[in-house]
Amino acid sequence: MKMGRKTATFIRLTLSYLVLIAIAVCAIYPALWVLLSSLRPGTALFSPKLIPDTFTLAHYKELFTNPSFRYGVWYLNTLKIATLTMIFSTILTTLSMYALSRFRFRGRKNTLTVMLVLGMFPGFMSMIAIFIFLLQLNLLDTHAALILVYSAGSVLGGFVVKGFYDTIPRSLDEAARIDGASHTQVFIKIMLPLSRPMLTYVALTTFTGAWVDFIFARLVLRSKENWTLAVGMWDLVNSYQNSNFTLFAAGAVLIAIPITLLFVFLQKFLVQGLTSGASKG
Amino acid sequence: MNRHRSIAAILSVLFMGLGQLYNRQFVKGLLLIAVNATALIYLVPNIGKAIWGVVTLGEKTQGLKKVGRINVPVPGDHSIFLLISGLITILIFAIFMTIYIMNIRDAYRNGSLRDKGMAVPDFKKTWAYVTDKNFPLLMLAIPALGVLFLTIMPIVFMIMLAFTNYASPNHIPPKALVDWVGFETFANLLTLKTWSHTFIGVFTWTIVWAVIATVTTYFGGMLVALLIESKGVRLKKLWRTLFIIPYAIPQLISLLVMRNLFNGQFGPVNQYLGYFGLGKLPWLTDPFWAKVTVILVNMWVGIPVSMVLILGVLTAIPKDLYEAADVDGASGFQKFKIITVPFILFSTAPILIMQFAGNINNFNVIFLLTNGDPVKGDYQFAGSTDLLVTWLYKLTLNNSQFNMASAIGIIIFLIVASFSIWNYRRSRSFKEEDMIQ
Repeated sequence: MKMGRKTATFIRLTLSYLVLIAIAVCAIYPALWVLLSSLRPGTALFSPKLIPDTFTLAHYKELFTNPSFRYGVWYLNTLKIATLTMIFSTILTTLSMYALSRFRFRGRKNTLTVMLVLGMFPGFMSMIAIFIFLLQLNLLDTHAALILVYSAGSVLGGFVVKGFYDTIPRSLDEAARIDGASHTQVFIKIMLPLSRPMLTYVALTTFTGAWVDFIFARLVLRSKENWTLAVGMWDLVNSYQNSNFTLFAAGAVLIAIPITLLFVFLQKFLVQGLTSGASKG
Repeated sequence: MNRHRSIAAILSVLFMGLGQLYNRQFVKGLLLIAVNATALIYLVPNIGKAIWGVVTLGEKTQGLKKVGRINVPVPGDHSIFLLISGLITILIFAIFMTIYIMNIRDAYRNGSLRDKGMAVPDFKKTWAYVTDKNFPLLMLAIPALGVLFLTIMPIVFMIMLAFTNYASPNHIPPKALVDWVGFETFANLLTLKTWSHTFIGVFTWTIVWAVIATVTTYFGGMLVALLIESKGVRLKKLWRTLFIIPYAIPQLISLLVMRNLFNGQFGPVNQYLGYFGLGKLPWLTDPFWAKVTVILVNMWVGIPVSMVLILGVLTAIPKDLYEAADVDGASGFQKFKIITVPFILFSTAPILIMQFAGNINNFNVIFLLTNGDPVKGDYQFAGSTDLLVTWLYKLTLNNSQFNMASAIGIIIFLIVASFSIWNYRRSRSFKEEDMIQ
């Protein structure tokens, strides 16, 4: 009887491990494959072996030296746009969601409903209008336009942040208010330190969003030296993919690495962000 | 005595800020006068043209005029520019009117204070009052402006487009004018054979896709989460980190990579199938297999998110529930069925519905992986795996069928909105948000 239970546990565990390993292979394989492809000599997509016989960094070098792309410039552009978007969106989202979560004022429920409704329109339905709007403001082909549109759009996705502030007990700020703190002081001294996980989450998601967006960036950025990585990559895929797969792989690795590292290191905050959104709907 | 409040209010109606000056609130008064002056300088020459533009969408077609012996092109009205600049002007006018009404109310209120013999607050006090009582509105002002011009204005514009004939080849400015046509676009979408056939096909696939994509990722994620958390499995943290990797790689990259992985001729997936003695599969080129590929890849992309969510929920299940079940002699499976599953389902139901809505609009997976292909001959500008959103995108950017695209956008919105509003109304955050405090 005792032996039986042990064998049953053993079988169950072995099966669990087998499934886990299978899933792990599926999860990692594409990443591993593209990484190894980027180090493979030659340009072909097809390769008889997963692990090449010799490794080369030539494709990475080509990205920065080939005159037909400006990979280095694109990298800097993207870094600039993503960082500024991150800063502005985080400030705007936290401030506005704090206000919506903490205060009861006329029109609050309506604001929330409007936000929700606006979030349900397919985003690029507004592309043409924004395009013409930017054209009239003379902002086409500038990075400022991208930053402006991304930051303004990020506010609508702030429900997670509001959910987070909803869970912080109101007695905290009430106590501070009784002690004579102004709203600004309460926000800066009490709420901001408490909302660090949420700030990290918002910063991370907005940074990534700007880092990889190609739909809007492709529409706004016209000249090649203003492009972002995503647009350049998209162009690379469309014009070179079949003839030069390994170059694409190298470019892909360089785009993915910063984001992937950030995600893995900030996993904890990510989980908190996702789940605090979950429990609050 | 109610002289002061009437006089102040009337003065403010005449010109913003005069009432405030009359109430001896000089800083505020001067500020408002400046606002009014700027608004007048901008609005007076523009508002009439704006309304005319929105109503008529332009009257003069581009043409040629004889000057001496040569024909000189005369620019006509550009309907689309007229529509957008008209909308912007009307929005600015609306903002101005709001300030104007607030100004009158403010003058009246301070006038009443004077009637009652009380002191009118000076600018410092007003400022303190605004930052205290109107703090939330102050914080929301800038984001609200951004949303107004970059989200609401474009959406209103696109909704209006659905009621015009703005489409290639006959109605593309500046060559030709665009006109209001009422519900004709919607009627065409539903009754013209070519359009309705495509619409019904794409619509059906969108719904099928959304259901399958949501269910597979959700239950896949649940399975993975339960496996990691099951008793006796070690290295939980390692597994979790490994499984988060697909989520951590930007979708733009992972999907483009997948497109190569599933390449029919040279891709490794077919290569491995060959090793097992199986034939190559047309992963991306056959209508049926393309759909399978999209769903498989979406599982790869989506399962980690559900896993993270459900892992979070699992840690939140109170331990005493299980202890109580142990006391009652429940088996492992019974505990799973009666405690774990209902708990997960209950706390993630809103997310599940939102994911469904999100999948209806899942642009990235389709666009980056298959681009809506393989092409389907009898479809109007759409392929076999196109969702309504990707179809909308193609109609806008490649085919210039702007009115049809807007109509489809409105339909997508109606579908998603009905789900979301139903979901939001029943979710706790709407009903009970004040009860948590």
